[in-house]
Amino acid sequence: MGRKLLLENIEKPDIHTIDGYIKYGGYRSLDKVLKGMSPDEVTEEVKTSGLRGRGGAGFSTGLKWTFIDKSTDKPRYLLCNADESEPGTFKDRLLMEKNPHLLIEGMILSSYALGCHTAYIYIRGEYMFILRILERAIQEAYAKGFLGQNINGSGYNLDLYVHPGAGAYICGEETALIESLEGKRGNPRIKPPFPAVSGLWDCPTIVNNVESIAAVVPIIMMGGAEYAKIGIGRSTGTKLISASGNINNPGVYEIEMGVPVEEFIYSDEYCGGIKGGLDIKACVPGGSSVPILPKSLLFKESNGSPRLMTYESLSEGGFQTGSMLGSGGFIVYDEQQCIVRNTWNFARFYHHESCGQCSPCREGTGWMERVLHNIEYGHGKEEDIDLLWDIQRRIEGNTICPLGDAAAWPVAAAIRHFRHEFEYHVKYPHRVKDADHVYQPEMKYQTV
Amino acid sequence: MNIQFSQESMSEINRVIGHFPPIRKKSALLPVLHIVQKESGWLSPEVMDKVAEILEIKPIEVYEVATFYSMYHTKPVGKHVIEVCQTGPCMICGADKTIAYIETKLGIKVGETTADGLFTLKTVECLGACGYAPMFQIGEQYYENLTEEKIDDIIRQLSSNANNI
Repeated sequence: MGRKLLLENIEKPDIHTIDGYIKYGGYRSLDKVLKGMSPDEVTEEVKTSGLRGRGGAGFSTGLKWTFIDKSTDKPRYLLCNADESEPGTFKDRLLMEKNPHLLIEGMILSSYALGCHTAYIYIRGEYMFILRILERAIQEAYAKGFLGQNINGSGYNLDLYVHPGAGAYICGEETALIESLEGKRGNPRIKPPFPAVSGLWDCPTIVNNVESIAAVVPIIMMGGAEYAKIGIGRSTGTKLISASGNINNPGVYEIEMGVPVEEFIYSDEYCGGIKGGLDIKACVPGGSSVPILPKSLLFKESNGSPRLMTYESLSEGGFQTGSMLGSGGFIVYDEQQCIVRNTWNFARFYHHESCGQCSPCREGTGWMERVLHNIEYGHGKEEDIDLLWDIQRRIEGNTICPLGDAAAWPVAAAIRHFRHEFEYHVKYPHRVKDADHVYQPEMKYQTV
Repeated sequence: MNIQFSQESMSEINRVIGHFPPIRKKSALLPVLHIVQKESGWLSPEVMDKVAEILEIKPIEVYEVATFYSMYHTKPVGKHVIEVCQTGPCMICGADKTIAYIETKLGIKVGETTADGLFTLKTVECLGACGYAPMFQIGEQYYENLTEEKIDDIIRQLSSNANNI
């Protein structure tokens, strides 16, 4: 059994109330930090912990904080990215739904470290029911004096608000999130300038994922050095993994970094094996954007040692034989799943979610979707496979934000590792038209 | 047409405007659109113009946002919009069958509204419920681990509630 830092009390029925949260040790960090530590000392602890951004990019959270521009008189802002929209990812939702005060406590500590007096939690609009949970919790925190003026008599002030998006994957990209919070379309900005210098309303701004901010609480309580002892190498601490697909126990698991992938899939403590006793075909370990790995590459690194749930081990071998830990959106495919269909599905997703600013992404995602749709529905040609490869190659790296890459990688990996399935679709169109596809919708666009 | 929002909506609107510095009123646009859509059912040009007036921005600034985000309805929809997640993890757990079942049950295709105006069926991309697939959202409520029986119950319940009004 691994150590639980974020989900330790998640099953306690009263953990969502402030009294329950305090009873289980919550908000103890406030006095420690607000009365006993300087903002830079807090940042230093987070740096020491080795915490890396849990939204998917994996950049050092503490280091990111040091980039905030302190040379200006403008107000600084902390934005919590709760836009969780990467297919396969549903971990932040559990934290906010069940244990909202952990995020609020983390927001207070992080805001203090950054010198922010106003902070926002930007939550995807579909999570409106969670927004209401957070707003209730924030009200409770104000009533206890943990938010507002002179928190706990420390002289530090912080106002915290929750703000809903309205259905746009792109707003999980930090500059699109900022645009959206300014009441605009979620079009990512060109960087530099980075938000740490010019973000919300051109003020210095830090954007952090829910899980990263929540992790600041245990880091402060146990000390950064102690936190860094958990895990392996540069993958420190615990990580929330949301497991879905054809497994016996889908759900959210907190793991100590370094659990072997094979154990994570087959242990009853986690996924509990493949549903229906089937064999595993493939896995997307870090959300839909990261390369899909076939069974043959999933459990072992290229040197034969077990592949582990860490940033380094999952990406070992680069995109030729590896993938990424990403957001921890762990999707498992059994032997009966059609990789072409899944790739088409993801391509449709990225086409739908492209903001449309950059032509390679706007045109390329739609083009890939159409070609994949043709192949999947038995109208593909052999040269389409090379065409797909060519399109994805020309999107990658040629867009303002990483959505282009995110759309290209799943297509590239599917062709790299499952080319035979694409060839099969092209060669035997009549078979794929009938077999295994119970429901054959015509290409759909949302008309509502 | 002179649109007036209810007092309840107006106090909600003023509350979210209060989350921002006075010169940053526009920042409240997304939550304000949610509030008025909840009251009006959809975002008509008149509703959007009123929002522009309240936030002291140009109508085009409202239109461009309303058409960008998938949760806003810029055309009339049924009383209950059934939004079925169709993205990867849901798909491999039976989302296609769920969609087909609802289409048959309601006698409409995706994108259509039932003749009585009660239900609109819509497919959406990942709602962050991948581990509890198949699933759909109606209003603010998530319905997860759907089976045909569960879908029957949900639709029956929503239909009978509507008849009682």
